[in-house]
Order: sequence, then C-alpha cells, then structure tokens
Amino acid sequence: MMYSYYPGCTLKTKAQDLERFALISAQVLGIELAEQQDWQCCGAVYPLAEDEIAGKLSAVRSLAAAHSKGEKLITLCAACHHVIKRVNADMYSNEFVRKRVNNYLQLPKNYNGEAKVLHYLELLRDDVGFSKLAEQVRMPLTGRKIGAYYGCLLLRPSNVMNFDDAENPSILEDFITALGATAVKYPFRTECCGGYLTVNDQEANEMAANIINSAIGLEVEEILTACPLCKYNLEKELGTNTKVRIVYFTELLAEALAIK
Amino acid sequence: MIRVKITPNNKQSQLQYIREISGVNINKCIQCTKCSAGCPASARMDILPHEIIRLLQLGQVEKIFHSKSIWNCASCFVCTERCPRNIDIARLIEAIRLTIIRQPGKSKFKPDDVPGIIDDKMPQQVLVSGFRKYNR
Repeated sequence: MMYSYYPGCTLKTKAQDLERFALISAQVLGIELAEQQDWQCCGAVYPLAEDEIAGKLSAVRSLAAAHSKGEKLITLCAACHHVIKRVNADMYSNEFVRKRVNNYLQLPKNYNGEAKVLHYLELLRDDVGFSKLAEQVRMPLTGRKIGAYYGCLLLRPSNVMNFDDAENPSILEDFITALGATAVKYPFRTECCGGYLTVNDQEANEMAANIINSAIGLEVEEILTACPLCKYNLEKELGTNTKVRIVYFTELLAEALAIK
Repeated sequence: MIRVKITPNNKQSQLQYIREISGVNINKCIQCTKCSAGCPASARMDILPHEIIRLLQLGQVEKIFHSKSIWNCASCFVCTERCPRNIDIARLIEAIRLTIIRQPGKSKFKPDDVPGIIDDKMPQQVLVSGFRKYNR
C-alpha cells in the first residue's frame, strides 16, 4: 500500500526516534510511506479563531498534494495530526475558511477537504489490522507492563478527530496487546500533560506529575506516547526518577518486530 | 458562583470581537460547571472556565483580561468535549487571548524569552506552539 507521509518539524530534529522506528517498521509491514516533497511546518497548534487563515495554509498544501496523488495522508506526531485533521474538516465544511484558503493558494484545482488523514496508529488499526500486526511480531514484549498515554490532541474534539472514544479509548491498549505486552489502564491516561504551558510557566508541572503518579501507582513500567511535547513534559517532570520511562509507540513497535 | 454586577455598556466592542472571532454563542451556557470540573489546569486558574463564560455573559471582560486563567489554558479541549451545550470553550478562551495579544506590544512570549526557557531536549514543537499561542 502506498501512502503520502507528513513528518513535521520535530521529527526531523528532537524526535528522530519517533520517525526512525516508524519508517523501518513500515518497511517490514509492507507499508510504503513516501515523504511529501516540500512539506512545511504545520504550526504545532490548530488556529482556533475563525479569522485565522494563514496558520492553516501549510496543512492545506499537504492535504491537497496527497489528494492529487490519490493517496491517504499519514501523520506520526500527535500535534501535526491534530492540526492537519482539523484544517481538513474546515476545508470540508467551513465555507468561510475554504473560500479564503483557495483564493490565497491558487492551487491547480480548488481543495475542498477531500483527502483522508490517518495517524500511523489508525493506519495500523484500520488498514493493517492489529491481528495482522500481532502475526508479524517476532519478539513479543511478554510480561512488560505498559501504560498508554493518549494526551489531548489525538482524541479531542472527538467529533472532528474521530480517533477513538474520547473518554475511554482503547486503540493504544490494543496496540500494546498486539505486541505481546500487558496494557495497564491508569486514570490519567487521557489528561493533558500541560502542553505548551511550559513556555508560560516554568514552575512545577502538576499536570505531568498527576499522569506519572497515576501510572506508577498501577505499576506501569513504560508510558507510551505519540507526541514529542508530551514526552518532553513527562520526562522533565520525571527528572532522575527511574521508576518509569517514557517511550514513543514506534520504538516498541520496532522492538517487537525485532528490528530495533 | 461569584457575585457580579451587570455592566452592559462596559467594553462592548471587545466583547463583540470575542464573540466574532470565536464564533461561540455564550448565551447557551447553563453554568453546569462540567468544563471547570474537568479542566486539568484549573489549579492554575484564578477564574474558572464556567466563571469566564458567566463574566462574558455579564459584560465584565476587564476581569477576565486581568486573570491568569486565560494564559494557563492548555487548549486540551476537555471542556469543549464535555460541554452538554456544545459550547467550544477552548475557542472562546483563545479568542480572549487573541483580543489582548493582537494589540501592539501585548505579546506574552517574545523571542527574547527563548534563551531563558530553552534546553537541549526541548522539541521545536514547544517554541512553535508557544509563539502561536502567546505572540502576534
């Protein structure tokens, strides 16, 4: 299967592991991810104000490029996925945004939100299938207690993201189970880590602490994430505490496929 | 609920601007407080999300402009997700922030602030989102 792939700025710099393990795993699973040419930073946060058009343009360029190739657009970073998916929804249903974006971009053909955006996890669940993935596992992560950390951006708002049940998701737990590990559900797995608040407030991050303590309380050994910012905030809060480690989901995938 | 005075003529233009760029109908709020109950950043807020909406309904935008709450909203969308009246509270708070930082010199996070917070592990995503949220 051939897909357009959007990496995003952080995956080329501070979060190279998230991308590296995803790409080698995709090869093993027979997924062809073609990195888009001339992709631009998505802006990291979805512009919430109705009149903010410029912040949505880079996402539309990627969406239109994938659509013109007739390919689904695959994302890896939770933030990029959030931005691109929500902008796509605007292009589909918001006449005000659609008209202004198309007037500005002057693409060969107007873009109207037709592309399909899938996060890598959705690709594994919906196009590959977790049962097929489980058959490919060479080194099952048997006995490892892993806690999924969803955070905000993949799940909410659920009417647009359509990723999983926003209050009680299971896609990451199903993924962990497919890799042969034990998925531990802990109360704070869908809570926010503080996100960009780290630039506004450098004091103790009680939001990240709540997540970590909640996971440690249920003897989670590894917390799984798809977001470089969540990983950063959680690791910063963790400091020298080695009770739990924060891991990208792709790293565990590559490990289970015996290609790490 | 905090006791407030109704001051309809105060800051009407700013209130109208917030309504416009958020696209949110604040009159739909029934003060059920689900937004505040679910907000993970509420410990950092002096005015809770449902109180922000109440103050907007009563035209008291000045109190909100001076609160630390609007800068401590992480746009995690829990409030938006859970509102039984489908009010997009995250959008509303963003509109309040923008009403302030779109004024000249009112950016909350500036390039000069970067050296003070950056470290080796900080992902680019932090700075990009920081500038998008706190700077114009």
